[in-house]
Amino acid sequence: MRQIRYSEGILEAHHFLLKNYPEVFVIGQGLWSPWYVGATMKDLDVVYGRDRVMDTPVSEDGTTAIATGASLCGYRALVVHPRMDFMLLAVNSMVNQAAKWSLMLGGQAHPALTVRGIINRGGEQGAQHSQALHSWFAHIPGLRVVMPSTAADARDLLIGAVLSNDPVLYIDDRWCYDRTSVVSEPTAINLARQRPQRLSEGEDITLVGCGWTTGLLLDSLSLLEQQGVRAEVIDLRVLNPIDPTSIAESVAKTGRLLVVDGSWANCGMASEIVALASERLPLGAWKAKPQRITLPNVSAPSSRVCEEHYYPTTSKVVRAVAQLMDPELLEPTLLSGREVNFDTTSVISN
Amino acid sequence: MEQLGTLADPSQFTGPIGLGESDAQSALASLRMMWLIRGVEERIGDAVIRGEVKCPCHLAIGQEAIAVGVSIYLRPTDKIFGTHRSHPHYLAVGGSVYGLFAEVLGKQTGCSKGMGGSMHLTAPEVGFVGSVPIVGGTIPIAVGAALAAKKDGVGGVAVAYFGDGAVEEGAFHESLNFASQFALPMLFVCENNLYSSHLHIKERQPSDSVARFATAHRINSRLVDGNDVEAVSAATRELVQACREGQGPGFLEAVTYRWRGHVGPREDLDVGVRRPEDHQLWKMRDPIARLENGLIESGWAQVSDFEKIRLEVSLELDAAWDRAMNDPLPEADTYLAYSFETH
Repeated sequence: MRQIRYSEGILEAHHFLLKNYPEVFVIGQGLWSPWYVGATMKDLDVVYGRDRVMDTPVSEDGTTAIATGASLCGYRALVVHPRMDFMLLAVNSMVNQAAKWSLMLGGQAHPALTVRGIINRGGEQGAQHSQALHSWFAHIPGLRVVMPSTAADARDLLIGAVLSNDPVLYIDDRWCYDRTSVVSEPTAINLARQRPQRLSEGEDITLVGCGWTTGLLLDSLSLLEQQGVRAEVIDLRVLNPIDPTSIAESVAKTGRLLVVDGSWANCGMASEIVALASERLPLGAWKAKPQRITLPNVSAPSSRVCEEHYYPTTSKVVRAVAQLMDPELLEPTLLSGREVNFDTTSVISN
Repeated sequence: MEQLGTLADPSQFTGPIGLGESDAQSALASLRMMWLIRGVEERIGDAVIRGEVKCPCHLAIGQEAIAVGVSIYLRPTDKIFGTHRSHPHYLAVGGSVYGLFAEVLGKQTGCSKGMGGSMHLTAPEVGFVGSVPIVGGTIPIAVGAALAAKKDGVGGVAVAYFGDGAVEEGAFHESLNFASQFALPMLFVCENNLYSSHLHIKERQPSDSVARFATAHRINSRLVDGNDVEAVSAATRELVQACREGQGPGFLEAVTYRWRGHVGPREDLDVGVRRPEDHQLWKMRDPIARLENGLIESGWAQVSDFEKIRLEVSLELDAAWDRAMNDPLPEADTYLAYSFETH
């Protein structure tokens, strides 16, 4: 057992895949440059050759479709989009093509393709260099969507994604790159068997996150403990197809649900979790109304003070939990000011 | 600016085609396949009118020579990709007539198990990986198959069929650039029938010849009369051979004309899309009649031979149609299992 960082987990997955599976290749923009993908692909082109780690022309859509085509012909292509925002140019290839070929041809064609979309935000990068669009893509049948929050999952979900015969969108987040896990040696993972995971046990409230926001929840645990709140954190990991069992079981125990998501509220991942839990639990099971913390329904601003206002923080999590534990305690504050930007309703009414 | 010139003039190229480099056996095989394709499409068109076929069917009647000419030099191990109008592409490499009929009828025995209909065909056993209708969508996917073929290193080729409308999509240019830059064994086949769904190419592009884009991307190209099966196959042989020898991609522009409307059995003469006189002239450039005339001129066949072929094909198609009509529809929930391979 040893400790690795999230970014090292991604690198380790690449080594495992490229070393053991000759049909795997990686393709995308900036793969020979640490400038694009950080340390997550360091020296892969040197070790495995530039035929298997291909840096490409500036063609997101073409490259994704090319990876799809190779994946229909015996290869396992991992196509990398160093920024998810630019991946939007490839939506046709992902949604109309890769996700639909199996169904369209009666289950006889399986593009064994993985698309890696990196969330890269903060640092005053502005609206086109900030997006977390997992909710969008999790809406699409035929496209598996995974989002690691831990260093172990950064490695293992990438391995599972590439070894899956179905198209998979793997979303890593640069804000997670320094998180650490203790891991054993990498091994082949069956993605179809992966489910949401409980990362901490508690009986007072269920906290659900994915990717970076799961880290935020873990970082909030000690603050919550100081207030005497024992929270259960569930990490979604696999957003599509989603298995709500562990979430429903947890909320049945705690009676309280807070979902924290780094995307927007409307038709978003947090809404889906609240809906899934609501459908599965009797009315009497709820001790408080379920709550969401999301981004305001606005594109990302640039200036650092606005950025701070924009993104969820541990203190916003702690305040929301306190409100759920004792609704009367914080209700006046919630209604009063700008600082409660996590409450979507108040943002809209502003 | 390159232009099609007389190739786009329907009063030209109406005589017997030259069969100089062919032989009686292969020319008659091409003729048989063209009759088969036309017979299949006429039957499907009639079944749409009768209400037996419900899915949208885009017929390629009048364009048969291109798929037949291209397919002569393809192998079952090559990877072929089509479009919304791909009955000929599927049939010309040996895709099952019965599987196609069953598919357009929505039967569980269809080539795509009734999940696709006319616009989503597959016959991987003969190299036809798939056809789908988003315009230009399969061009970069085929380039990916060409990348796979290059990695395999055993002389395989990938083929993308597309129309003159698809070259107006961005993915087309990304595909040509990539295939050229990485010297992939990729054959681009543009069936330039002069129309998108409803607009003439002159209303959409500053030139009516799309091979100019191959030049821009340093891809070897050939421009041919797409209603001359011999001209199509001769150009394909050259381009495919270069692919197999590792010399990089080729681009074939074949000029043709579809006799029916964009979708369905109608001719679209009454909706202001095209002029009836053009339509009549293009029918004089019928790729099948011209091949028959070429065969007679070369002394390789006579009219009675053609009648025999047509009868044989007709009986084969009738049998396939009857069989498909009698097949069951899929169970209503079968589709639920097809999104993912593993559950």
